[in-house]
Amino acid sequence: MTAAPESPGEVLEASDQRRAGATGRVTLTLRIRRYNPELRGEESWWDEFTIEVDPNDRLLDALHQVKWYHDGTLALRRSCAHGICGSDAMMVNGKNRLACKVLVKDVLPKVTVEPIRGLPVLKDLYVDMEPFFNGYRSILPYLINDEGEPDTERLQSPEDRHRFDDTTKCILCACCTTSCPVFWGDEEYVGPAAIVNAHRFIYDSRDHGADQRLKILSEKTGVFRCRTTFNCTEACPRGIEVTKAIQEVKRSILFERF
Amino acid sequence: MTVTHTYDAVIVGAGGAGLRAAIEASDRVRTAVISKLYPTRSHTGTAQGGVCAALGNVEEDYPEWHAFDTVKGGDYLVDQPAAQLMCEEAVDAIYELEHWGLPFNRTPDGRIDQRRFGGHTRNHGEAPVKRACYAADRTGHMILQTLYQQCVKRNVRFFNEFYVLDLLMTDGRVAGVVAYELATGELHVFRATSVLFATGGFGRMFKVSSNAHTLTGDGPAVVWRRGIPLEDMEFFQFHPTGVYRMGILLSEAVRGEGGILLNGEGERFMERYAPTVKDLAPRDMVSRAIYQEIKEGRGAGPRKDAVWLDVRHLPRDVIEEKLPDVTEFARVYLSVEPTTELVPIQPTAHYAMGGIPTDVDGRVVLGADETPVPGLYAAGECACVSVHGANRLGTNSLLDIVVFGRRGGLHMAEFARDADLPPLPERPEGFARGMLDGLMNRREGANAADIRSDLQEHMFDLAFVVRTETGLKKMREILSGLRERYERVYVQDTGRRYNTELMEAVELGFLLDCADALVAAALARDESRGAHYREDHPLRDDEHWLKHSLAYRQEDGSIRLEHKDVKLGPYVPMERKY
Repeated sequence: MTAAPESPGEVLEASDQRRAGATGRVTLTLRIRRYNPELRGEESWWDEFTIEVDPNDRLLDALHQVKWYHDGTLALRRSCAHGICGSDAMMVNGKNRLACKVLVKDVLPKVTVEPIRGLPVLKDLYVDMEPFFNGYRSILPYLINDEGEPDTERLQSPEDRHRFDDTTKCILCACCTTSCPVFWGDEEYVGPAAIVNAHRFIYDSRDHGADQRLKILSEKTGVFRCRTTFNCTEACPRGIEVTKAIQEVKRSILFERF
Repeated sequence: MTVTHTYDAVIVGAGGAGLRAAIEASDRVRTAVISKLYPTRSHTGTAQGGVCAALGNVEEDYPEWHAFDTVKGGDYLVDQPAAQLMCEEAVDAIYELEHWGLPFNRTPDGRIDQRRFGGHTRNHGEAPVKRACYAADRTGHMILQTLYQQCVKRNVRFFNEFYVLDLLMTDGRVAGVVAYELATGELHVFRATSVLFATGGFGRMFKVSSNAHTLTGDGPAVVWRRGIPLEDMEFFQFHPTGVYRMGILLSEAVRGEGGILLNGEGERFMERYAPTVKDLAPRDMVSRAIYQEIKEGRGAGPRKDAVWLDVRHLPRDVIEEKLPDVTEFARVYLSVEPTTELVPIQPTAHYAMGGIPTDVDGRVVLGADETPVPGLYAAGECACVSVHGANRLGTNSLLDIVVFGRRGGLHMAEFARDADLPPLPERPEGFARGMLDGLMNRREGANAADIRSDLQEHMFDLAFVVRTETGLKKMREILSGLRERYERVYVQDTGRRYNTELMEAVELGFLLDCADALVAAALARDESRGAHYREDHPLRDDEHWLKHSLAYRQEDGSIRLEHKDVKLGPYVPMERKY
């Protein structure tokens, strides 16, 4: 183990002034797809806003600036602002992203922002999340184990724990599900996020509900709708290998259980 | 039009405390959870490092050692019986989460793994102890998911994206709450025999904050406006390691796993401030040490207003497997590669130790003699039990929400089962309606975002890690000016559908209330204790101040302070050294 750096010189070398300090302002144009039936009926429209921002700010900060100082009617969901709560999924330059994980400097000078696709738009970037959460709820997203509980923890080896680690990262932001062309065309499809959450339990050595979940996912609304386009994997802000998880579930249905 | 609903128990907030309470209450009585966010968006999900319990899986440990650390860490303002109870119940609370499927990291023999955390020690301060149970650096995320999963299993009734604006009382008893439905702009009256607030913190009053935009003190402000006091509001935790400028939390687990802090000269300065536990000293001490280093010109970065977090010496697998999220934060938000570069950090507003006063069953209590308000409960960050005293130890917030969420949920359900539903007051929605009409009817005036930004800027300058009488008095004046401006706030969006501009303006009003209470209590407490550091009174004064403060909003808008004794126990206050 190395201790602290040898000299102040080394520290200063490692310090990158650009990274540690505020920088100048830059001009960003936001092109936002708007929808507000109270103002303009059922047609959506585009608005453009040009603002001065710090290039290291998040796209979310830029959207806030628009909302707070230009157009208070702009509606978007957000909360934690650092990629964990999953509120601010939106389509940024055609790709599903969390607005709080996109930095302004990466989208200069102009960025296009739209609501995520495949869910009914309610106002601007607000979409109806209920169909998405219905898909999540349909796969029995909770540990199923009818054996009596031990006095202490159930044992699980680090290897067994690792088996489903990737899919425990899901924050239910819907970036994956609403990037899926199959889901756009058929909202009966449970979608990638629901399968990811099923995966999280199916491969948990403590869970006994795999048969029930695999049965649900073998139905026509389930995994075999997936056409392996990898949009979901590309869209996941948590870096989950979504397509791989879906393939694993497919394989379990085909080769292990039935 | 107002819609009326009737339940036995209504829980406000769907983070860890609210969901844990909901699991308990919904098994027993008709229960509804009202949340301004979808439950999985709650800020519990951003907690990273761990949740402590003396399981002794990795090293010898006992709940009593944990209780001692909690009391000492809280600079003896902790109510000791409550801390003892929390640390005793911690063990079963962790096993319960595991039984519900929480994917804790494991030891080689398959038990829950544990790691070090600030202020948690073996045998009353001898050395750091491995007490924090964790799931990589997303422990809060896994707790929130697991509790939500259990609510899905139980078919708990949620009202998502509903903002609670008022508490209804009839003859001193809780009668329900009034909530605003974001989708439609309708007000809803929820009649209930018992109501539990679990709305989280109010860290958005500071410019640099780890808190979500939505953490605006809604619960504390709503009850404060109804005459309930707020306890120990002057104690607000500033976490030492926030992402420079942005305030995003970088978990203490980074230091628990061996990360260290360096000043601008490359010196591991914590060796001077806390020779025994060094970088794992409690958060208040580390934040003050950083402040001191910066003040004395040893800060880092071009403005010398940061210090470095250094993990370059940690094994690669520890960084990638035990700290993946915080590593990613550094990469995404700072463009820094932590395995080879130093990470600039600064203290960030993190956690309210104070809040709505409760007993260990979550019952909200009034005054020095702690008279319960029938039917009113609070749990989690918005409550003050007080188990965190003047400074919360890392991981104890996640413990607090599961232990006291459960106790509050259980007690509120039993209360609701045994008591009648009180009648509603006349025009129950009147107060909430008035609040909204004021904002909606003005066609010009002040911009809420400007006021909020001024509030955050000044609170960061004057009521942050280091405070003085002069500064706090100035802040009090500023707050009165901000309130005048707030009375003239108007919103551009006059629609009824997803009017988040209107709700943000309401939230700003809540924040101003919490800031008023914080500054009044901080000004009165002319001593330094835990997170409340008065440069003009740098020592702890047990003779005068070994007591909790209670702030009341009076009819004329002024604030009245009273005090109540700390519940002592086996641990005699001594000087806090680490």
